Amino acid sequence: MTEAPAVLERKPLFDGPEWDFEKIRRVHDAIEEIAIGELGLDIYPNQIEVITSEQMLDAYASVGLPLMYRHWSFGKRFAREEALYRHGLQGLAYEIVINSSPCISYIMEENSMAMQTLVIAHAAFGHNHFFKNNYLFRQWTDAQGILDYLTFARDFIQRSEERYGLAEVERVLDAAHSLMSHGVHRYTRRPKANLNEEMRRAEERRLHDERSYDDLWERVVPKREPKSADDAEREREQREIRRKLGIPEENLLYFLEKRAPRLKNWQRELVRIVRNISQYFYPQKQTRLMNEGCATFVHYALMTRLHERGLITDGGFLEAMHSHTNVIFQPEYDDRRYNGLNPYALGFAMMQDVERICTEPSQEDLEWFPAIAGNNDPWGTLRDAWANYRDESFVLQFLSPRLMRRFRLFKVLDDSSQDTLLVDAIHDERGYREIRSALARHYDLARQEPDIQIVDVDFAGDRRLILRHAVHDGVLLDEASCRGVLEHLSTLWHYGIVLEESDAGTDKVLKTHEVAARL
Amino acid sequence: MNIIDRRPNPKGKSLPNRQRFLERAKHEIKDAMTEALKRRKVGESANGEKVSIPTRGIAEPNFRRAGQGGARDYVVPGNKEFVAGDRIKRPQSGEAASGSEASKEDGGEQDNFEFVLTKDEFLNLFFDDLELPDLVKTKITDQETVQLVRAGYTVAGTPSNLNLKRTLRNSLARRISLSRPKLSEIAALEIQWKTALGADDAEGAEQTRVDLDAALRKTRRVPYIDPVDVRYNRFERIPKPNTQAVMFCLMDVSGSMTEQMKDLAKRFFMLLHVFLTRRYKHVDIVFIRHTSSAQEVDEDTFFHSRETGGTIVSTALDEMMRVVRSRYNPDTWNIYAAQASDGDNYTEDSDRCASLMANEILPVSQYFAYIEVGAEATLRHGYPSAPTDLWRTYSNIAETHRNFAMRKVADPGQIFPVFHDLFSKQRERVA
Repeated sequence: MTEAPAVLERKPLFDGPEWDFEKIRRVHDAIEEIAIGELGLDIYPNQIEVITSEQMLDAYASVGLPLMYRHWSFGKRFAREEALYRHGLQGLAYEIVINSSPCISYIMEENSMAMQTLVIAHAAFGHNHFFKNNYLFRQWTDAQGILDYLTFARDFIQRSEERYGLAEVERVLDAAHSLMSHGVHRYTRRPKANLNEEMRRAEERRLHDERSYDDLWERVVPKREPKSADDAEREREQREIRRKLGIPEENLLYFLEKRAPRLKNWQRELVRIVRNISQYFYPQKQTRLMNEGCATFVHYALMTRLHERGLITDGGFLEAMHSHTNVIFQPEYDDRRYNGLNPYALGFAMMQDVERICTEPSQEDLEWFPAIAGNNDPWGTLRDAWANYRDESFVLQFLSPRLMRRFRLFKVLDDSSQDTLLVDAIHDERGYREIRSALARHYDLARQEPDIQIVDVDFAGDRRLILRHAVHDGVLLDEASCRGVLEHLSTLWHYGIVLEESDAGTDKVLKTHEVAARL
Repeated sequence: MNIIDRRPNPKGKSLPNRQRFLERAKHEIKDAMTEALKRRKVGESANGEKVSIPTRGIAEPNFRRAGQGGARDYVVPGNKEFVAGDRIKRPQSGEAASGSEASKEDGGEQDNFEFVLTKDEFLNLFFDDLELPDLVKTKITDQETVQLVRAGYTVAGTPSNLNLKRTLRNSLARRISLSRPKLSEIAALEIQWKTALGADDAEGAEQTRVDLDAALRKTRRVPYIDPVDVRYNRFERIPKPNTQAVMFCLMDVSGSMTEQMKDLAKRFFMLLHVFLTRRYKHVDIVFIRHTSSAQEVDEDTFFHSRETGGTIVSTALDEMMRVVRSRYNPDTWNIYAAQASDGDNYTEDSDRCASLMANEILPVSQYFAYIEVGAEATLRHGYPSAPTDLWRTYSNIAETHRNFAMRKVADPGQIFPVFHDLFSKQRERVA
């Protein structure tokens, strides 16, 4: 930096707590210059929307999306958030940011100008960069199409309500919502999501279905065989049917949408809408730690640079830092406030740690991270990490022994067959790898959510749908909740449901849930 | 970059969702309210109500792992004294267990769901299944209410009902059919004429002037808007049968009523008042209070002034019948009454009360509710005190008349249930 512009820039961008649109624009432009020029961030165009606290509550209720179809569960969420907020048990988030292009950030009118600056740095640059670059978002979500698709979904559901009645639509949505966490494609690669295409195809499907008779079920139900067919033959046939149906299938909503025999076409479309929205959020669930870590690290870097250049006053900077420190506070396990690892705290600490490893590696770092230690390119390294990792792989790759010592992490094993808990590993030479891989597993959704698949349909008998929960470490499903889901499932499938919980290793059946047909 | 100010956007975006949620949880909310009401004071009915409902009906189940059983591990921060291999006592309620992010994010269900109902929501739900029974006498009275209903268009009406769209459509059709020259055509002719003049083209100018004159003449003959174009919105006046109802509130304010009893009675009437004004647009309310004599008073006096004296219940009944005779013809009015008393009466008066009630009041009333306010202590102890004079008298009446109901109230907590009981839609009257 030359001396002259530095002097010119000495004048702060704003003074005092009041904000106005002009100041926001100035601050945004100043931040953009640093973020793109110096830090090398790559962002969607920004759209900043100013809202009131009440509108913020509204946005909470519709899971942060700017428009959403109507459903009672959103009303429930609103009621809860409102109660918590009114009683002062919970503050409102300073901002909500939406993975769309342009990237929409909501900021609240109550915030002071220093807070608006922090929020813009955090959301409009940190999160925005992450959304645009992380491979999960690139692969699974369609930032350009999401707003149009939501409009389509809302209108479609509203039309369905008018045509088929609120209760009917609600029944299907309730059922689909209960299966939301098992309505995503986890592994299969598929072409990049394109929600515009999705809408066009929805319309095509409808036209096609109007024209043609749906004989799906007829095709998959075997004709009664003459008795002579031997077992091997029957077995072969069963395999063939399962192959045609795409069983086993872990995306329950997908299976129901395609194969449920008695769903009407509009009901299939509802299931599909819920499934698409679930898929849209799937990357967010897998990258919470990184996403928040990235945004926090970016806002920290940006605020510091703004302050260094005299673009924000000391007061403004301190206010922002005060809020920053609150956000990254991590209580210890025996603290009353402890509520799991704070993704902001751990995320930010890890990003900072990567920066340290790149610039001032210790001997230990050189051993643990030979690829990046001392490469003196912290931002390049981080940008690469943000683009190509998710929480699980990021922790597995980048959690350093030094950080484990700083957080004093330890691993506890809770085996219900034992009376006491076992401290399995602590932050020492023997424990680092154990702790790191255990923590990584906690961020792996595929391991955190029960592994449930559709394994068979009883064609010869009563068309029961047969599901299997592969039980790991003897952890069964929550009984009451599982029962509720199965009942919902049977409203979509229309026949009975059996869910077997069997041990993943030994295949021993531990528990069976059954729900009778709903006709 | 765009900055958009969304603050002026319409509020209450999630209101429909809230209504759906309330509708869904209606049953639970009502149960919870009945519970909550026992602890409430009447004065609070102006505020919203915090309700806490069980999550049964509004559960959102999903596949998730049980909180207990099997083997699981946690990674937690803040180790102070442990080394690998240590064994620790299992914490009582998920101290370590809360370390699992997943269990929290899967939306672990709370046992109870707590939120705040607004005043309107509260009152709507509260009065939801209440009604004035047998509201049957309807009559098209002299000053009948009429309802205006849109019914097409008319050629005559007041300017305020002018239908501009229809009028201009007619005007346009007429102008086209009578080929009225357009303004632009006239303007073009004028320019043409002027250019012709300017170019000394006398013949051309003359020709154009003739055309222009013809056009202007036509314009004058075919007006832009003609009276035949004009249309007004037409409204049909539909007479609406008028249901008239009057509620008599009779309250004993005699010396035998303790402050606490008067308080109970007032609470009851206040609730009745809120109910009537909220649910029925056209209900007259007549307040009568009595000691050894009765008088009709206004609302404010009824609720707030103090008086004391002996007790002759029949005076109130007399007063009520006097008001009925003078103002509320039983043929056209639905007559209701609610009486509150401690049951004490001048002994010789009871027979007169009974006969007044049986012969005069009940035949003309749709419904008569009697609540007896008792001293808290006597009812609390469990053994029933001897029935009061009035209670005995009215018991006989209740046996023979279906439109008479009576209840006892001993403490504020019972007022809401009793009220609900007296005015619920599927009322089962006890003898």
